[in-house]
Amino acid sequence: MSAVSSATETSLTGEVIAAKKQARFALARKTIVTPILLSLLLIAITLITVMTGSRPFNQTVIDVLVRVIFVVGLYIFIGNSGVLSFGHIGFTCLGAYAAAWLTINPIMKSSALPGLPDWLLQTRLIYWQAAILAALFAGVAALIFGKVLMRLSGIAASIATFAVLAMINTIYSNWDSVTGGTSSVVGIPIIRTIWPYLIGAVAAIFIAWAHAISRSGLALRAARDEPTAAAASGVDIPKERLVAFVVSGAVMGLGGALMAHSIGVVTPDTFYLSLTFITLSMLVVGGMGSLSGGVIGVVLLSALIQALRWMEGGVSLGDATFALPKGIQEIALGVIMIVILALRPSGLMGNREITLTRSNRNT
Amino acid sequence: MLQTLFDALSLGSLYALGALGIALIFGVMRLVNFAHGDVIAFCVFALLWPSTDAMAIVFAGQLPWYLLVPFVLLCGAGLSVLCEIVVFRRFRNANPATMMIASFALGFVIRYFLLMLYSSRPKSISLLPALSQPIEIFGARLPLLQLITIVATMAILIGLTLFLRQTRFGLEMRAAAENFSMARMLGVRANRVIMGAFALSGALAGAIALIFGSQTGTVDIQMGASIMLMAFIATVIGGLGSLGGAVLAGFLLGAASVVMQVALPVDARPFRDAFVYGAVILVLLFRPQGLIAARGTKERV
Repeated sequence: MSAVSSATETSLTGEVIAAKKQARFALARKTIVTPILLSLLLIAITLITVMTGSRPFNQTVIDVLVRVIFVVGLYIFIGNSGVLSFGHIGFTCLGAYAAAWLTINPIMKSSALPGLPDWLLQTRLIYWQAAILAALFAGVAALIFGKVLMRLSGIAASIATFAVLAMINTIYSNWDSVTGGTSSVVGIPIIRTIWPYLIGAVAAIFIAWAHAISRSGLALRAARDEPTAAAASGVDIPKERLVAFVVSGAVMGLGGALMAHSIGVVTPDTFYLSLTFITLSMLVVGGMGSLSGGVIGVVLLSALIQALRWMEGGVSLGDATFALPKGIQEIALGVIMIVILALRPSGLMGNREITLTRSNRNT
Repeated sequence: MLQTLFDALSLGSLYALGALGIALIFGVMRLVNFAHGDVIAFCVFALLWPSTDAMAIVFAGQLPWYLLVPFVLLCGAGLSVLCEIVVFRRFRNANPATMMIASFALGFVIRYFLLMLYSSRPKSISLLPALSQPIEIFGARLPLLQLITIVATMAILIGLTLFLRQTRFGLEMRAAAENFSMARMLGVRANRVIMGAFALSGALAGAIALIFGSQTGTVDIQMGASIMLMAFIATVIGGLGSLGGAVLAGFLLGAASVVMQVALPVDARPFRDAFVYGAVILVLLFRPQGLIAARGTKERV
């Protein structure tokens, strides 16, 4: 009797596991269109850039791809948890400086940053190895900060992340022997080909997708929409938030490392309030709760900024040259953002993702 | 010792006034107003004639003080109300993140508008020069300005308390802060209350602009941002929506900054702000709802 029941029990649990596995695969199949379409969008932009072969345009698109990494990193935490974070650019700062420490020529390093430990002074890695280590470093930092911060929620959590950003900025601006203080750290090898940035951005998109359909990501989104019900169903909200925080911190670190390689210099103030706000704006304008929204927000706002800059430089129509006065670019950007948000308060995409089938809501 | 106390009080006054300006608006419409810092900057620039020269051409700044002060306060209140009418009115029902980003975008617009008119170079002005002379109190030499800052802040706080407690408009505002939809159903006019809150908050920004402008003697587009950041943090530590809490936390933050500046070992002094922010995180961990939790901010299930 008991043997029979235990046998049916095992077969039952086996079936349940199989069913769950199938459900997971069904979910993956149903949602994988989104990251593929987004990657195709980025690949298309990159290909066009390579075909035009223009240097300044190349640099612009590299900037766009780096920002895609930032905004996708922000989405992993903000979009899934619903908690606005101002601190993520701090992890970008950590990643960028880690990349600088790992890739600058040891001779330059020992004169510019004498405070670094010996083993780090001797190290010189290839940029992509450095970028991966930088991402891990930022992820570990996010784990340490997150352990403390994720106990908070709502606006208190937002402010605490703000405090983290300000702390990182203060430390990096003043720890002269290790970070060079407020003066810029130069000598980071500049990577001018566009492909590494494209790979980074596509990797970030797939990481975000994989996190979003993982058990932890699903639980976190449940907690975002119905915190009480999710907690009652056994979702450990601080833990799931911590997972998202660490993953997104690592992605931000990767973005920081790539940004360091795209411009070749880092200063603490590059990674402070203005970058925080521009990336947050891109996410919110695109739609805070949607991966597609984040990517589309970056592409649209970057295109807008570029178009306005171009008009500021002067456009010739027929014989006359029209140029917008200086400063109009930022003002127009602000006004357009306000208009978009007033018309679509939850961003361009809202909570939806782009898919091939219509009306597929991302819950 | 006395010097430290006065430093702490005068820095705290600035933070407290800033935090109050943010808390007033948050109370009535759950908006964290990032444009507040730029309203402060606007008020200072209103004293100058628009020009991109390095020399500041003082315009309204030459007025005698009894005209100058109301002029700046009105500037702040006017701009703030304008922001409400043009922008924030459209975001009444939006979620807090959207409103926050909209307010940031608005601040951006104001900042670059100033930049276009005045250029980004910091300019020096001497506002009310008579105030920078030191005076002697209890054996300590203090700038008269510091004393006036503290006295003016106290006067503003007392005036505001009386206004909120004694007048009908103040009552409506407190009711709206506590439960906005209930207050509306009981006949409080939403637009009037919100515009009142914006006007008060703008006038407070004007007051900060006057104090800060005469303390530093420079006019800079970025000047609002540094105060804003601390004021913003003070609002949250104090308990969002709680006016008393905002003021208390503002003074505490000012005190913490000044005390750490004196007490920390010399090597660690450049990192003072990092310690202040660390303390902020600690406070939030123990009291996530703020030092003085406002009623009605916690959502009921």
